Amino acid sequence: MSGMGDHVTEIVIFTVLFLLVSGMGFVAARWRAPDDMAHLDEWGLGGRSFGGWITWFLVGGDLYTAYTFVAVPALLFGAGAAGFFAVPYTIIIYPLVFLVLVRLWSVSHRHGFVTPADFVRSRFQSPTLALLVAITGIVATMPYIALQLVGIEAVLKTMGVTGESAFARHLPIIVAFAILAAYTYQSGLRAPALIAFVKDTLIYVVILVAILYLPYKLGGWGAIFDAADAKFDASPAAGDGLLLTANNQWQYVTLALGSALALFLYPHSLTGVLASRNRDVIKRNMSALPAYSLLLGLIALLGYMAIAAGVKPLPGASPGSVDSNTVVPVLFDQQFPSWFAGIAFAAIGIGALVPAAIMSIAAANLFTRNIYKEYLKRDATPAQEANVSKITSLVVKIGAVACIVFLDPQFSIDLQLIGGVIILQTLPAVALGIYTRWFHRGGLITGWLAGMGLGMWMLYQIPNPATGRAHFGGSAFPLDGFGLPTSKTVYVGLVAVAVNLLVAALVTLALRAAKVPDGGDGTEPDDYFADEGDPRVTVPAQPAGTDPDLDPAPSPKV
Amino acid sequence: MSDHQSGAHERPAVVKAKDKSPWNWLLFVPIVVPLLTPLFNHDSPRLFGFPTFYWLQLAFIALGVGTTTVVYQMTKRRAADPAAEKRR
Repeated sequence: MSGMGDHVTEIVIFTVLFLLVSGMGFVAARWRAPDDMAHLDEWGLGGRSFGGWITWFLVGGDLYTAYTFVAVPALLFGAGAAGFFAVPYTIIIYPLVFLVLVRLWSVSHRHGFVTPADFVRSRFQSPTLALLVAITGIVATMPYIALQLVGIEAVLKTMGVTGESAFARHLPIIVAFAILAAYTYQSGLRAPALIAFVKDTLIYVVILVAILYLPYKLGGWGAIFDAADAKFDASPAAGDGLLLTANNQWQYVTLALGSALALFLYPHSLTGVLASRNRDVIKRNMSALPAYSLLLGLIALLGYMAIAAGVKPLPGASPGSVDSNTVVPVLFDQQFPSWFAGIAFAAIGIGALVPAAIMSIAAANLFTRNIYKEYLKRDATPAQEANVSKITSLVVKIGAVACIVFLDPQFSIDLQLIGGVIILQTLPAVALGIYTRWFHRGGLITGWLAGMGLGMWMLYQIPNPATGRAHFGGSAFPLDGFGLPTSKTVYVGLVAVAVNLLVAALVTLALRAAKVPDGGDGTEPDDYFADEGDPRVTVPAQPAGTDPDLDPAPSPKV
Repeated sequence: MSDHQSGAHERPAVVKAKDKSPWNWLLFVPIVVPLLTPLFNHDSPRLFGFPTFYWLQLAFIALGVGTTTVVYQMTKRRAADPAAEKRR
């Protein structure tokens, strides 16, 4: 591998764009500035005032992370069709959001909820259940933030920015995250919202160029798919190929569905949705956000282009291993002129900052609202809440950097895998809770315990033959592990949440029969339809400048 | 408009669409179709060099966009169409 000397142009362009965006992050505090920033609605939700365009960039920048952009093509590069699950996954997420999250937006708008656990607290009158939801959210989000650093590191490694000691190797991402932490502290959700404009513009430009220019250089799409087919035919691995095999189809379907359900339960997705101005902004965005799914589908195919171009991934952290996440950066480095590769690398690097900022804000809000205010200081003022959230967001980011610097990055990848499974266990309380109050709070708590236990057990059973690890080697559980006579595999998360639901329902029936008190319901049926301007809203939102209904096109108020 | 809006809460005269439009059922189409692997787990016919598996799944994005757009138009706030106000 060549050193930094061969990559000067790339490094200069990367650094300039990175610093430009960091400047924007600090200026963002004054963008659409409120009278009083010392309120969690302002710092943590941007005043709940974002219109169509901002929401589009914010949610898009939030859900499609830098890690996605390097990991999904790496999956196709390694395993083929199975990695394409990201496409159906990001198609089915939007109708789901349309059905469920619009109602959650309404009830949150009406009651001033900031986190999913706030909703659960009020709906089921159970601080314990809310605490479980909050802890699940924080634990699932932390490794996700750390993974954004893996995305930046893949780029830095390709540019030859490495060092002898672990500290020297990690210095650039420590600096990058320190800057990120500083402007998130100052500007809150406004920083990623503003930066997302730059990030996504860069990504769209890079991908448009890549999907036109690279097939032209590599002999056309037909040749690219044929090269991938030839590679998978020659490989001894059983599950790879240009199409799904009989054994991994169920895994494909359950992983796509399970990931979609998990994604909108992640606290950071809710943060983006709750920050929008009204119901119509969300609904319109569900038609516009799939533009990113198309982008993701095309990015995924970069994995096949890397095969056709003969890309060899860079070595991994341990001797003899390869870091498959470097596939796309190496492809860009080989095929693009260095100035354009620099822009592409900046797009991935900046792409890590937006979700990392939103995720840390979401985790901080969970801690503030559902642990600090619930258990430590019940009479906290809005200004104190905002302050605790700001400090927690710093702690969360330091934790994420520490995960990457002191632990094997593979650990974060494993944790994120677990994160998807555990966040799904909040589905009965959060997603079904939006529709029904039928479940008993005790049933939901028992179901959560059962789903968590089963999910952990299943993940523990899965080895990874590629790395020789015996446990936590993936999310595809072979059904013969349940004693079934088949070699088919299935996604752990979906099985665990099914058991969770079953247990929750059975325990609910049992508790009802035993007449165990079930608390009340702090919400009313009509709350789930409340919209902007609802006279009963308890927390005053920022007054909107224009009537959104006179303005059907999304309009950013910059 | 039926419920909940009498009494203490002075509501604007404009009627608000509720969630319970039958149009929402249409949203299950783009949730279910992309999960039916037998539909698209084939190589041929190819389109612009893309095997069916890839181009058809990318085409499902258009299905999702089309469906959410239709449902949004039929259920949006202050819908002119009284049918959209009906309960499921």
